[in-house]
Amino acid sequence: MYDIKALYEAESVEHAVALLVEHPEAQIIAGGSDILVKMREGKCAGKELVSIYGLDEMRGVSFEADGAIRIGSLTSFSHITGDPIIQEHIRVLGEAVDMVGGPQIRNIGTIGGNTCNGVTSADSASTLFAWDAVVEITGPEGVRRIPIQDFYIRAGVVDLKPGELQTAILIPKKAYEGYQGHYMKYAMRNAMDIATTGCSVNVKLSEDKKVMEDVRIAYGVAGPVPMRASGTEAAVKGRTVSGENVKTFAGAVLEDIRPRDSFRASKEFRQHIAVVLAERALRESIRLAGGEVDE
Amino acid sequence: MSRQYKLVSCTINGKQVEKMVDVRASLTDMLRDDYRLTSVKRGCEVGECGACNVIIDGECFNSCIYLAVWAQGKEILTLEGLAGPDGGISDIQQAFIDEAAVQCGFCTPGFIMSAAAILEAKREFTDDEIRKRMSGNLCRCTGYENIFRAVKKTMLQRLGKEKEGIL
Ligand SMILES: Cc1cc2nc3c(=O)[nH]c(=O)nc-3n(C[C@H](O)[C@H](O)[C@H](O)COP(=O)(O)OP(=O)(O)OC[C@H]3O[C@@H](n4cnc5c(N)ncnc54)[C@H](O)[C@@H]3O)c2cc1C
Ligand code: FES
Ligand code: FES
Repeated sequence: MYDIKALYEAESVEHAVALLVEHPEAQIIAGGSDILVKMREGKCAGKELVSIYGLDEMRGVSFEADGAIRIGSLTSFSHITGDPIIQEHIRVLGEAVDMVGGPQIRNIGTIGGNTCNGVTSADSASTLFAWDAVVEITGPEGVRRIPIQDFYIRAGVVDLKPGELQTAILIPKKAYEGYQGHYMKYAMRNAMDIATTGCSVNVKLSEDKKVMEDVRIAYGVAGPVPMRASGTEAAVKGRTVSGENVKTFAGAVLEDIRPRDSFRASKEFRQHIAVVLAERALRESIRLAGGEVDE
Repeated sequence: MSRQYKLVSCTINGKQVEKMVDVRASLTDMLRDDYRLTSVKRGCEVGECGACNVIIDGECFNSCIYLAVWAQGKEILTLEGLAGPDGGISDIQQAFIDEAAVQCGFCTPGFIMSAAAILEAKREFTDDEIRKRMSGNLCRCTGYENIFRAVKKTMLQRLGKEKEGIL
């Protein structure tokens, strides 16, 4: 038995909003792989829960009218990885969430839960940051959409006002069209382990594959919340594809990130890993985009 | 707050069933306590070990971090459901015996349910893919190698590639 005070099951998104307004103390439960574990640990014990797990309308991947990819917040990791739209247009997201926990966690864990928990090590987060994802939030006032960078406020806190829930994550067409990317998770074990550092890079090459028209990079566990490394991007944007520029890119990372000491790894080790991951992930992204790095 | 119950109807091992369930129950609690399906083990109870694994609508889940009320309308398969109509055990269970993949046996039902999800895909997986698909289960006794053999052997047998099954 879980120490749940009361459970309210939402039957639609509107109903979920109404339940949240009616029970301001209640916490949302999606797949429950964070919240039920916390409850067992005694952390969220004695809480009221609003379950949104039954809302199939919030599952699945589709296109919006403007070409944006829409990922329902309740879509599980395994369904994201297996989805044909994801595989064709943002394959790296499917690969990133395929590194979460183990197979059973990937069947229950949702992308909404992975971002609403505000955790810096969340395996989906760096890729969503690196692809300019937009978060759709539904609440008593209606629907609003904000860039994912604004959604994260501080460690463990995201921009959800009373009565609001996250209903989808969108990847705008201009953010995915022509881009190829790669995610690297550094952890102590291959399965069932949280990232020591996660790095997601993507690149858009010119038609002749010689120039990096755009490069984007984001990290998990390089700061209290997932983050873009904008200085690093600016250092090579518009430059030619070359080994030297890949090195410049990786070297610039240290100016952008703010990792800290934790029981998983020291700050110095995380800095070292961040540079190595940036270089490898950019090389792989260039290769996927059809480019070739000299030397 | 007074106790809160909900009527949960679902299919368990092919049988349509219905019971009043405490909303605080996990699916492990419901399967073990209300339906006496004790193959579903209480291990870590936090999603780390896989001892509680069951298949829900064709996908494998940790029943310890799954609310019992979510079972409403679902089709659930536990290890008990793998037995034939005469009570005989299935090929994957026999393979675990033959390969000495069972020692204390506590992890075994969970491993077999993870294996069942692999076998249901009816395709050949590489060794690495099998390992990845079994990586949500922990075993403190066997060292995994015999478990891996049992799964691979059964996969090949079901695909009619028996000869290659001899490792
Ligand atoms: C054994 C194990 C291993 C794990 N390994 C990893 C790993 O390797 N990488 C990783 O990133 N994570 C890992 N996790 C953590 C977890 O599985 C993920 O964070 C998952 O995405 C959480 O999703 P959920 O739907 O299960 O979350 P829930 O527990 O249901 O919710 C998480 C939080 O988000 C809120 N929330 C959820 N959905 C919404 C919504 N739509 N709108 C508003 N608020 C919402 C909830 O209120 C809660 O605070 C692991 C967990 C376990 C138990
Ligand atoms: S008891 Fe469920 S995963 Fe360990
Ligand atoms: S046989 Fe004892 S835990 Fe696996």
